[in-house]
Amino acid sequence: MPQFDPSVFSPQLFWLLVSFIALYWLVAKVAVPRVGEVLEQRARVIQEDLDRATQLKAETDAAAAAYEKAMADARHQAQDHMRAMQADVKAVSEKRTADITGQIGKQVSEAEARIASAKQAALDAMKGIAADTARDVVAKLASVTPDAGAVDAAVAAALKETR
Amino acid sequence: MAHEAAEGAHGPMEQFEIHRLIPINVGGVDISYTNSALFMTFAVGLTFLLFWGATRRRLMVPGRWQSVAELIYEFVADMVKSNAGKEAMPYFPFVFTLFLFILFGNFLGLMPYGFTFTSHIAVTAGMAVVIFVGVTILGFVKHGLHFFSLFVPPGTPLAMCFILVPLELFSYMIRPITLSLRLFANMLAGHVLLKVLAGFIIALGLFFGWVPLLAVFGITLLELLVAFLQAYVFALLTCIYLNDAIHLH
Repeated sequence: MPQFDPSVFSPQLFWLLVSFIALYWLVAKVAVPRVGEVLEQRARVIQEDLDRATQLKAETDAAAAAYEKAMADARHQAQDHMRAMQADVKAVSEKRTADITGQIGKQVSEAEARIASAKQAALDAMKGIAADTARDVVAKLASVTPDAGAVDAAVAAALKETR
Repeated sequence: MAHEAAEGAHGPMEQFEIHRLIPINVGGVDISYTNSALFMTFAVGLTFLLFWGATRRRLMVPGRWQSVAELIYEFVADMVKSNAGKEAMPYFPFVFTLFLFILFGNFLGLMPYGFTFTSHIAVTAGMAVVIFVGVTILGFVKHGLHFFSLFVPPGTPLAMCFILVPLELFSYMIRPITLSLRLFANMLAGHVLLKVLAGFIIALGLFFGWVPLLAVFGITLLELLVAFLQAYVFALLTCIYLNDAIHLH
């Protein structure tokens, strides 16, 4: 077997050493740094993308939460407005109702007073008419001109009775 | 007929002959540039071409060749990390070199007119001895005399030590032999088998020659697998030895 010929050991071992060292230098100086750089860079880019995606997702979540909050706030505000408005409307209407009621009451009482005074005037006028009528009736029937004072007294008495 | 083929001009062992292409002699030591050295040069050159060419552009999304380079890199890097731990990563370039050297050596040997330098015991033993000595030195540098505890499996009763320590020591000492013989024998056997079967093709002629031709075809596929597998096993065992030296059990 050529493998066990000792004369071929030294050239093989020498060139093994030379080529192995050459290859080692090549691997350590070219292959490993270059491929390592590519792999590292790729891992970094992927990690950065993942980080950015996480960050964007957080931002989206925050924006969504802010939107929800704004909506809830607006709804609350609107409800508050409505409630305030309703209270205002109620107060105004109550005030107006009270005003009108008061006015009407005053007008009613004024009207009542006017009616009472008119009635009094009518009664007073009636007294005169009754006295005149009574004097005329007496003068016609008895041809006597009655005393004016007596007639007035009699009419007053009669009115008192009818009342 | 096999005899005839073996004794003919192209015997199964002839493919392993060393030819001195450029005879060199320095101080009485023969360091001739041989066909073996030529294929070592090819292995180095092809590795350089592959990794230099594949990583010229260094794209974020790799092309075909860059993918190949990254695949081999990650394969070996994962092997070192999972078998010898993160602390062994300084030795990753060495294991990577070893893997590529043996892989290209094995594959180049399967090319027509190729020479398989990994089928020479001098080459495999040279690598195995360097690994063995290097790992042993590393172990002593890292752990001092504690490195001897490698030969005492944890939880061994004292009485058992008298049997176990010599056994462990023996299994440690034969590491370079098993490491080098495994690669050498696999390559040798595969190439001899291919050569013998190829000799049958001619000998059996046009009608029966198809049978060994099919066998050669199948065994060539098998040898391609073996070429990768032996490079892998060699690098893997180196990782395991490194692990022993770095992390004592």
